[in-house]
Amino acid sequence: MDVHLKVRRFNPERDTEPWWGEYTVEAEPDDTVLTALNIVKWYHDGTLAVRRSCNHGVCGSDALRINGQNRLACKTILKDVGKHVTVEPIGGLPVLKDLIVDMVPFFDSYRAVSPFLINDETPGERERLQSPEERERFDDSTKCILCAACTTSCPSFLANDQFIGPASIVQAHRFMFDSRDRGAAERLEVLNDGDGVWRCRTIFNCTEACPRGIEVTRRIGEVKKALLFNKVR
Amino acid sequence: MTVQHHFDAVIVGAGGAGLMAALNASKHARIAVISKLYPSRSHTGAAQGGIAAALGNVEEDHWEWHAFDTVKGGDYLCDQDAVEVMCHDAVEAVIELEHAGLPFNRTSAGKIDQRRFGGHTRPAPTDDNPDRRVAVQRACYAADRTGHMILQTLYQQCIKHGVQFFDEFQVVDIIVKNGACLGVVAYEIDSGEIHVFRSRATMFATGGFGRMWKVTSNAYSLTGDGNAIALRRGVPMEDMEFYQFHPTGIYKLGVLLTEGVRGEGGILLNKDGERFMPRYAPSIKDLASRDVVSRAIFQEVKAGRGIDGKDYVYLDIRPEVVNRYFDEDGAKNVDGTPRRITAEDVRKKLPDISDFVETYLGIDPVTAPMPIQPTAHYAMGGIPTDIDGRVVIDEKSTVMPGLYAAGECACVSVHGANRLGTNSLVDLVVFGRRAGKAMIADLDGLPTDDLPADAAEYTAEALARLLADGGTERVAILRRELQQLMTDDVGVYRNAGDLTKAVAGIRALQERYKHVAIDDHGKRFNQDLLEAWELGCLLDLAEVTAVAALERQESRGGHAREDFPDRDDGAWLKHSLGYQTAQGVEMRYKPVTITKYPPKARVY
Repeated sequence: MDVHLKVRRFNPERDTEPWWGEYTVEAEPDDTVLTALNIVKWYHDGTLAVRRSCNHGVCGSDALRINGQNRLACKTILKDVGKHVTVEPIGGLPVLKDLIVDMVPFFDSYRAVSPFLINDETPGERERLQSPEERERFDDSTKCILCAACTTSCPSFLANDQFIGPASIVQAHRFMFDSRDRGAAERLEVLNDGDGVWRCRTIFNCTEACPRGIEVTRRIGEVKKALLFNKVR
Repeated sequence: MTVQHHFDAVIVGAGGAGLMAALNASKHARIAVISKLYPSRSHTGAAQGGIAAALGNVEEDHWEWHAFDTVKGGDYLCDQDAVEVMCHDAVEAVIELEHAGLPFNRTSAGKIDQRRFGGHTRPAPTDDNPDRRVAVQRACYAADRTGHMILQTLYQQCIKHGVQFFDEFQVVDIIVKNGACLGVVAYEIDSGEIHVFRSRATMFATGGFGRMWKVTSNAYSLTGDGNAIALRRGVPMEDMEFYQFHPTGIYKLGVLLTEGVRGEGGILLNKDGERFMPRYAPSIKDLASRDVVSRAIFQEVKAGRGIDGKDYVYLDIRPEVVNRYFDEDGAKNVDGTPRRITAEDVRKKLPDISDFVETYLGIDPVTAPMPIQPTAHYAMGGIPTDIDGRVVIDEKSTVMPGLYAAGECACVSVHGANRLGTNSLVDLVVFGRRAGKAMIADLDGLPTDDLPADAAEYTAEALARLLADGGTERVAILRRELQQLMTDDVGVYRNAGDLTKAVAGIRALQERYKHVAIDDHGKRFNQDLLEAWELGCLLDLAEVTAVAALERQESRGGHAREDFPDRDDGAWLKHSLGYQTAQGVEMRYKPVTITKYPPKARVY
């Protein structure tokens, strides 16, 4: 079938303003939006820039705004979005070229929540014990692939880019609710800050945008509750 | 303009092997990790099923059993000293990952849970068959995203320990002077600037090169960059004829469906609804080594028993089907109760693959079987190294000072002619760690020479050539032709006629590649230029693969020759080394290290 792609283009070396590139490509209904973009890039216009790697929704490279919604291009099937597809970079981050945004601010927020296990106790020669129930407690937030689809769909983030954003809160959740972690106090300060978790207005865009099916808003709620009642588990 | 950097060690690639090395080296020296992707995008993150280690948490197990399985799985081409190191160190390495925070699934006692996986066995002798072995629960796992959790955990730990990253830098060359590696030359993708890194130790952890085939589980980024760079600087590629086709890729797409599906009881069915694996591997059936299962699927298809007469079969994890076969086999849990699987188990233990088949095929694995076909998956061969990641460049294992490699790009060789499932993660964790430590131990003895003045010249020229006007060939078309040729002539089954054709075809593509034209002549995110450069890597590695496959006149592990159907230990129990020369690929050979496990017939 013929697919009509309208792609937001901007190359700072050449353009003073963003523009729309329009392309018609031949693709199968079962193909993904990434496949359609590849056809443009490989056979029509090699200057089109888009990040991609794994091609099946686990590396998090190709979060894009597709027909107004944040999704992974490699996990969006053409027949689900129709023959007219509008593709833009995700919002709230500076555009470097075409569909590629500057991810540095996003990863800075990620680093701000100390996204690693904090535990200075000597663990012994074997594994630490953790019950299946304790493991299950933070299972959802371990699925995050840092694609930024949630953060860049969040109206609070789009209005204020100092907000650490849903992805970073999910990362904090992953450790706060891990029975092996002792870093709750350390993360509290960042999360309780004016640009921390309280900027979340429970709008659910993040949950809708997450390509990994993480219940992002719910996890943020759990973090808020933990802060309010000063207890994690 | 060239930017200069100085580090004690530079690691190229930020997947499991690179990050494990970085973590172990960063405590003692100034190191940098250079990656063409953001580290969390690396393809280690796509590994699903598990990482083997003889923890014995669920049933009795020993690292020596793991070693035996690895050697047998590798069809006796593995260097057994290296295999022993890997299987021994695996236990400690997995514990280290748990301590670093990896969220493994747990047993009811709170220990790391373990599942069955292809080719991993324990002795189960009977009176009529004293050599009988059955599947053992050895694969430690985090649902079906074990690789994702390894990658995340290692990246987290690197952040904690202040490892310096150069994200989105494409390494294009190594700097070699007097036979030693002095560092790398890289292209900054955002700016188009060339950077020169002087480092006492340099390590490649750049992953595989599955993108030379049409249907592959590999990411777009897996174009063998590190291997090709080393090859062009005189390092041979070891055992390139051994490439693994994973039996269960999603039909047409190649997206992997983990062997963990069969570990949980899943079975393969042909168009007659027949479970065909018992005809090929009577003891462990659907959990035979990947090469055996991929060939079985090809044979079924060839005999007209593919689904709808096409080139695919079904992978079935529907509980009612699996439980029927559990009963037929008399399958038991460790506590002696009959084995059972529920829809809930499938969703809990295999959530990602459920999501993949739902997304790409629109089916639910609990209610429908999944169409699968073999998919190009893993390079057993690569940059030859010793057991500490030092790159060795000839039959006498002469070390190239300053250069290290680990993970899929390297060949230790622990996988021999066919890798067992889960052993890629074991390999990258164990040998990434060892290479990281070896770099630190070796630092003081490595050359202190200044860089040659023309260090960046080769890179600048190579990129300028691709940017030059006047070419007529399009990268995407050449790449598509290469992928078709490799699929047709250097696939699961090979023969002299096809391979000869392949070698000539690749050389013709290399000629046409000299006349490539690209659209983008800018500096910022010039992916057009990078894809052109990556194609050059694939072409060089494809040539070595095809020549090595043509030369090896036997069938062993992942290398199946229709014209030489048997393994020939007398003539071919040896590793190949393919060198790039002006006259084409030159093949040499070196012996296999045998310790405890003398070659035997390989029956599953």
